[in-house]
Amino acid sequence: MVLEILIGVQRNIRVKPLDEIAAGLVRAVELILALDPIVVEITARSLAIAVTSTVIATIITVPLGGLIHFHNFKGKRAVVNLIQTLYSLPTVTVGLVVFLLLSRSGPLGSLGLLFTPGGMVIGQTILISPIMMGLTIAALSGIGAQVRDSAVSLGATKVQAIFTIMREAKAAMLAAVLLGFGRALSEVGVAMMIGGNIRGYTRVLTTAIALETSRGDIEFSMALGIILVSISLIVNLLVNRVQGNWWA
Amino acid sequence: MIEARCVWARRGGAEILKGLSLKVRKGETLAIIGPTGSGKTTFIRILDLLDPPDDGRVFFDGVDVTEDEKARFEARRRMSMVFQKPSMFNVSVEKNVSYGLRIRGGFGPDIRDRVKAALRDVGLSGYEKRRAFSLSGGEAQRVALARALVTEPELLLLDEATANLDPRTAETIEDFIRKAGDAGLTVVMSTHDLDQARRLAGRIGVLIGGELVQLGTPEEIFERPGSEEVARFVLARSGW
Repeated sequence: MVLEILIGVQRNIRVKPLDEIAAGLVRAVELILALDPIVVEITARSLAIAVTSTVIATIITVPLGGLIHFHNFKGKRAVVNLIQTLYSLPTVTVGLVVFLLLSRSGPLGSLGLLFTPGGMVIGQTILISPIMMGLTIAALSGIGAQVRDSAVSLGATKVQAIFTIMREAKAAMLAAVLLGFGRALSEVGVAMMIGGNIRGYTRVLTTAIALETSRGDIEFSMALGIILVSISLIVNLLVNRVQGNWWA
Repeated sequence: MIEARCVWARRGGAEILKGLSLKVRKGETLAIIGPTGSGKTTFIRILDLLDPPDDGRVFFDGVDVTEDEKARFEARRRMSMVFQKPSMFNVSVEKNVSYGLRIRGGFGPDIRDRVKAALRDVGLSGYEKRRAFSLSGGEAQRVALARALVTEPELLLLDEATANLDPRTAETIEDFIRKAGDAGLTVVMSTHDLDQARRLAGRIGVLIGGELVQLGTPEEIFERPGSEEVARFVLARSGW
């Protein structure tokens, strides 16, 4: 499906002169400022799916990351290496695996989640979980043993000491969550393969940009692109903010 | 108060403590001195029940706290430790000092009053709202001392607590330790500053190569060293 779109892009797009691109940019801004209903709807859906995926991934990865960090077991290094390898998991690979799981003949086919926002949430959760878990482990590892020693020597129980360490690592852990959100929002492979880019149902910013560009509606694509970049910028600024360097 | 019986500690195949036995009496100030790498920190950490010994037993108030987690936890709540490098939590000074009280279920005005009093005792009145990470090394160590004492422990352990501090801050902390000792608190401190050990401690243990080679009053250690190696160590360090 991605290949078809790319072929469509080549076929439909003619090279536009700069003034046309500038005019497209102006139109794009107009669409945003006028709160075009379709633009708003696609943006809201993108945010809802990405936020839901991030919340679910946070619920799974933060405790699991903590469990891996705070317990020593055989093969721990290998597990961490595997998680780090999965950081760069291609979105189309996740899309393919989840597609096979959710397709009618797949093990989860009876749930009827293929080409639904729910299916997209599952795919995006799987996609962003490794990076969020890996960064959670890295965040906790960044807190020195002295913090644990201080907490324990002041009378903390094991659980209290763990919460103290997690609180000390909260900025880095929040950055992990925001990075996961950014990846969920900007990915296209899972959204396209699992969502199917159905208008008014599973169409999100990235899949809409791919489709509208292939159709030649550059103004609309640019409007969505500006929104996507703006959200990414806000997320990036938030990451820097929580890490204490606002404009760094 | 606390007793180590034939305690051994091994790290990476090296023997750090070799069958060390020591009984700390209630209300005394005991200093552990010894050259770098003699096992002082390892021993203090074992007494603080942060690390278990590889062999031997530790007793707190007559109760074996070597292995039983519940007993170790209960004993740990009756003691406090100040480390060589103060580790502040990344919150306000007030929240750092009140940590031990909050994890024991304390809250409200009582905590605020006790924190205020503890900070006043270490000469840091008005520091409550300061960010702990913005403090100088000396200030952070005084906050660490306030944090350790606000829970009113029965045993205070100090691991080179005045090392790397300016003389004035070190003196402030020494004064505080002296007052705490006079008030009946049991103090075990490791130090490489022999003069400080002499000034503060009622008894001094000399730890060399993981063995307690002499235990006695400052007078005995400095004027009647029990062996040549003790004599060499105290004379070299005190510049006599």
